[in-house]
Amino acid sequence: MVLPGGAWLFVFFLVPILFLASVSLQTGNIFDGFRLTWHFRNYVDAVQLYHVQFLRSLRYASIATAVTIVVSYPLAYWIAFRGGRHKTTFLFLLLLPFFVSFVIRTLAWQFILADDGIVLGPLKRWHLLPQSFHVLATSTAVIAGIAYNFLPFMALPLYVSLERIDRSVVEAAQDLYANKLEVFRRVIFLLSIPGVFAGVLLTFVPAMGDYVNASILGGTKTTMIGNIIQLEYLTNFHYPIAAALSFILMAVLLLGIFVYARVLGTRSIEEYV
Amino acid sequence: MSNDQRPDFIDPALLRGLTQRRVSRRDVLKGMGAGAGAMGLTAFLAACGVSGTSKSSPPPSGSPSPDVLKKIYGNGTPAGQLNFANWEAYIDVNSKGKSPTLLQFTKETGIKVSYKTVINDNDPFLAKIIPVLQSGGDTGYDLMVITNGGPVERMIKLGFLTPLDHQYLPNFEANASDAVKNPSYDPGNKYSVAWQSGFTIIGYNSKAVKDKPTSFADLLNPKYKGKVGMFGNNQDLPCAALVYLGKDIQTSTPDDWKKAADVLMKQRNDGIPRSYYDQSYLQALENGDTIISQAWSGDLFIAAAPKSYGGDGFPEIKAAIPGEGGILWTDNQCIPLNAKHPVDAIKFMDFVYQPKIAAQLADFIWYVSPVPAAKDIVLNDIDDPLVAKSPLVFPSADDLAKSHKYKVFKDQAEEDEWNSIFQPIYTS
Repeated sequence: MVLPGGAWLFVFFLVPILFLASVSLQTGNIFDGFRLTWHFRNYVDAVQLYHVQFLRSLRYASIATAVTIVVSYPLAYWIAFRGGRHKTTFLFLLLLPFFVSFVIRTLAWQFILADDGIVLGPLKRWHLLPQSFHVLATSTAVIAGIAYNFLPFMALPLYVSLERIDRSVVEAAQDLYANKLEVFRRVIFLLSIPGVFAGVLLTFVPAMGDYVNASILGGTKTTMIGNIIQLEYLTNFHYPIAAALSFILMAVLLLGIFVYARVLGTRSIEEYV
Repeated sequence: MSNDQRPDFIDPALLRGLTQRRVSRRDVLKGMGAGAGAMGLTAFLAACGVSGTSKSSPPPSGSPSPDVLKKIYGNGTPAGQLNFANWEAYIDVNSKGKSPTLLQFTKETGIKVSYKTVINDNDPFLAKIIPVLQSGGDTGYDLMVITNGGPVERMIKLGFLTPLDHQYLPNFEANASDAVKNPSYDPGNKYSVAWQSGFTIIGYNSKAVKDKPTSFADLLNPKYKGKVGMFGNNQDLPCAALVYLGKDIQTSTPDDWKKAADVLMKQRNDGIPRSYYDQSYLQALENGDTIISQAWSGDLFIAAAPKSYGGDGFPEIKAAIPGEGGILWTDNQCIPLNAKHPVDAIKFMDFVYQPKIAAQLADFIWYVSPVPAAKDIVLNDIDDPLVAKSPLVFPSADDLAKSHKYKVFKDQAEEDEWNSIFQPIYTS
């Protein structure tokens, strides 16, 4: 069992990572080629040039993750505890929009929320909103887009952890005169923390590297680090800077996950994922 | 022989081995544990270098020799197949969804065409094919359409385009407009001939913008705060600002670039642009998200034309050619290196330079036709005065003379410097 798994990790994880590490320390250009010169300065340059976009991505991803928790917790709770025999149907309904491509869904929001579109247009005509009001091209739009697109990644682990809760534990709490709030706070919520943990990982990590929402729903000053990596790689052909940025992103995420796991007091991440 | 008394038939390597301390078996074993890992890793990392290409490929300067061309095109017999990569909505279409031009080409030459609209943007497309070409492979396309102002020049410099044999391009020689012959980005059309050109001008919503824009300065007007669309790329955005400042794009200096960047940065910090767009600018203009925007000429024609006519049906969207002149760019037909059917590709390149075919294309694509003679055919034979009289499809000599061209970079360092000045504006 170890050998195929190990070989798989080696070929599809270790080798690409080492390749990326090597590229991030190279200098050169696309015409003359890139050579490994141990140019650690690439990392300094990357941070100096793009720390604003980096911190912005961190902020957007954190807020979007918080939003997905707030939205999907009641959703998952309701399906797990009140869904009855239609649970599967509700889950299917939750997932249904996500059968459509990520980009198409985001473009649909661009259409729906257009300044004179089907939502804002009538509201402006009835003078319920000022003419200059707009949703698109703001950080709010980008964050909302990320939260929307990654919602199932939060809702599903939450649902699984809530669904798994032994109902007799809940009944026991009720028998011991815990009111509804206390049952939730002291029993259900604590037992669902593994789901929150997994959901945060599954949402935050891809949200941090997302570039679709910023490019479709964003405006000026909403560029995220994913857009920058794409630009440096595809447009500027600055492979080393793009690789250094990817490495920094990965390091920040790993460090973040590690700290997060320690704070939540879990012994190993595997228990929850 | 010098004072060195060693006989010179002794191999230096042997000598070195004899004189240096021999490495014991134990040393080797000791070293292996510590060294092997580190050495292996270092060697591996070094082996990951991305190799360049310009050294191994034919130099881009100078005309390709007849022998080279003969080797590529043989005796000019087509293989009967053409794989064509193009952009969306960039060819004529009949009511059955087929292209009359391609059908006619197949009928006349017997060459079957596999037409794919796989190019959404230059850079992502090139990023896909460059690694294939670097490894000496064939991209699967015999003909592709890419833009000047970076993409074409880069491909020429990388040696990734097949040189053209002009003996197969008689229609091009006879009918191409001066604007696309011998362009600065590909002197002598050694690697490319134009597909269509276009102007970067101003598009506006005449319901919201009452005074017709007359200059790129209108894009800086605080009156339109938050409703202005700008292009987020390293040609359309910087060139407009340079033209606005009255600088010649090609001879401008880094100081001029900084001044232009200051103008754009102030515009951004005042909150005037809504966003920096790619092709999506047109939808923003049609949706009312922007009311005045940098725009590509053919798109404005499509936006304004009625739906029955194949347009988008937004008659309020109008085009304004700024007084400073538009910025003219050209999309080029090129044959990627190692293409399987170069003869078929070059035959098609020339085929579209027949005025009749060019007219048929111009009447559908609505960008600037590379064949001026197509104008009369569109006017009289196709009977479409709307297109024939449009200055955006058949520009006047005056419009062409006043127009500016995308910056041609002399080397990578210049392009990097340009990017480092302008990129922070649209990647804020």
